[in-house]
Amino acid sequence: MRYLDEFGDPDLARALLDDIHRTVTRPWALMEVCGGQTHTIIRNGIDQLLPEKVTLIHGPGCPVCVTPLETIDRALEIASRPGVIFCSFGDMLRVPGSGRDLFRVKSDGGDVRIVYSPLDAVRLAQENPDKEVVFFGIGFETTAPANAMTVTMAKQLGLTNFSLLVSHVLVPPAITALMESPVRRVQAFLAAGHVCTVMGMSEYEPLVEKYHVPIVVTGFEPLDVLQGIRQALVQLEEGRAELENAYPRAVSYEGNPVAQQVVREVFETCDRAWRGIGVIPMSGWRLREELAAFDAEKRYDVTGITTEESSLCRSGEVLQGLIKPVECAAFGKECTPRSPLGAPMVSSEGACAAYYQFRRLEPTPVTAWGTTA
Amino acid sequence: MSEHLDLEGWSCPMPLRDHPQVVMGHGGGGALSSDLVEHLLLPAYGDDGGVLAQLGDAAVLAINGGRLAMSTDSFVVRPRFFPGGNVGDLAVNGTINDVAMTGARPLHLAVGMVLEEGLQLAELDVIARTMGRAARRAGVGIVTGDTKVVDSGHGDGVYITTTGIGVIDPGVDLGPHRVRPGDAVIVSGPVALHGIAVMSVREGLEFGSEIETDCAPLNGLVAALLASGTDVHMLRDPTRGGVAATLNEIAKSSRTGVSIEERAVPVPDAVRAACGFLGLDPLYVANEGKLVAFVAPEHAELALATMHAHEFGVGAVRIGTVVEEHPGVVVARTGIGGTRVVDLPLAEQLPRIC
Repeated sequence: MRYLDEFGDPDLARALLDDIHRTVTRPWALMEVCGGQTHTIIRNGIDQLLPEKVTLIHGPGCPVCVTPLETIDRALEIASRPGVIFCSFGDMLRVPGSGRDLFRVKSDGGDVRIVYSPLDAVRLAQENPDKEVVFFGIGFETTAPANAMTVTMAKQLGLTNFSLLVSHVLVPPAITALMESPVRRVQAFLAAGHVCTVMGMSEYEPLVEKYHVPIVVTGFEPLDVLQGIRQALVQLEEGRAELENAYPRAVSYEGNPVAQQVVREVFETCDRAWRGIGVIPMSGWRLREELAAFDAEKRYDVTGITTEESSLCRSGEVLQGLIKPVECAAFGKECTPRSPLGAPMVSSEGACAAYYQFRRLEPTPVTAWGTTA
Repeated sequence: MSEHLDLEGWSCPMPLRDHPQVVMGHGGGGALSSDLVEHLLLPAYGDDGGVLAQLGDAAVLAINGGRLAMSTDSFVVRPRFFPGGNVGDLAVNGTINDVAMTGARPLHLAVGMVLEEGLQLAELDVIARTMGRAARRAGVGIVTGDTKVVDSGHGDGVYITTTGIGVIDPGVDLGPHRVRPGDAVIVSGPVALHGIAVMSVREGLEFGSEIETDCAPLNGLVAALLASGTDVHMLRDPTRGGVAATLNEIAKSSRTGVSIEERAVPVPDAVRAACGFLGLDPLYVANEGKLVAFVAPEHAELALATMHAHEFGVGAVRIGTVVEEHPGVVVARTGIGGTRVVDLPLAEQLPRIC
């Protein structure tokens, strides 16, 4: 097993699709929570191959997309300061703040660097004692352990020139918010496999019970996604609502206790604003109070920055699965990957960018897709 | 075409207005690069003969009854040394390949070097010897050059610009005007090696097995193809922006659609793994020793057999077909049977968060 193309095998995909077509008798709406899964679905055309009765609603699980505009503007402000080396994952660089992005800050002379591992930022801080190094720590539970490790390491090394700009978000409170929403369309969830690799599955039990909604932990290769979809549809057809694991090669029920411990030592739960959606209670992680010395927001006093979103952009509705990207009037017109109005048009995991890149040829589908009214 | 760039009255959707300064994406070979050329450089240079507006990697010039191909390219790769080669290999082969893609026989190269104060002469010696070796291997002479030195801190060790000329033999006519629906689309071997090789050292990433650049001169392969009697319609080397950018350029300039089978595109396992790890699409990663050939459908097998017999075409495969539908757009049939648009990259790909 080389884990390269086995999980994209056409024959197995065909078999799974046939099985799905045999299984489905009624219309169902599933949400894949994670942007990585949205990317797989659109890139491979999985949605085109499913029965017409099955609707996939793209969830809010793109870390780039939901990072609030305030946080982006704070990042831009910090990155513009002399003496600061601002480190970020690659796809955050093109996310528009109010008027510019990190690339623009870089071309204006800011020292903005792409790192592949958050720990590279700690190394930069060691190597540049006369500079201040800031890492842009965003993402879901998946990236949290490595981001938390930067603070653990910086503390161990006695570094005083390293800080973290944190905007972590959590999946289970987002699912709660979606299920509590008055416009509730989702009948089953594909949970994000890599989030569960870290956190395990237990957090999802209460959601399954309370909302009687099937949740299937799902991976990211085409066969993984098809298997998750199949299991969710089988549950719906049989009237069951259970927590299932369709990604056992990576996810255990307990998750990764060591990673969870690191996260607990560094972060604490807080209310968090999601870009385009609004504040979801207890849906984020921030640095623990006693680690304030490593908190970039406090160090650079940027908490006063507040912002307003483009009035044209309907990314909030896209992120809640209320509209498809192509139903937004700005899609492909005022808003393109080159001049994104909202973050989902930026990252390849963002639903709008995925539709723009892979689906522009298709006419805007007229479907019974939900409205915001 | 407007005579000057009027930012206020400009109706073209975006870029320059949004980027009053040069950003790195302007050099990435994607949509931002195209915008810079189309909206700033072309109008500024003027184009009486209509040659520049073709925006080929090389210009084809009618001179004294014959035809010359001319191309120039600057090489600013960092790091200067990477698995399988250095900036010297790139500077020679890159320009030779651009000339060769017109169907020309590359003959001569000019080399301009900008050296940064402090560069070790031993290192420059290695790069220069590499260039001499690469030129001899391709049968091309370095016939003139220029060297400048800039203050320490004002360069990145060495920047190299090479300019090449070649002769197009009578009867050879390649270009987007010859691309037809039905044409077979062939790539000369495994893709994405160069970009991943450079990235592995630039970013200090290790992928278990070392991935080497595919940098190679392609003039021999082109000559073999033309000599075989294959009805070649168009050639292009998919460098920056990868196969995706090249296919998009050809689809647009020939006003045809290109349809490819994603699973047919040859991607070595180590490259596929590295791309998966970084969240990159191998279709968008640079190559330096590959070409994409558009050939008459009845000559697809002949083209493949000819390429397989050449050292730089051993891994050639057909990846797609030119179609009448969706002119200007490249569509991939995915491994599991869906379809997607293969878009022109905006700029260089960014590694994804997770």
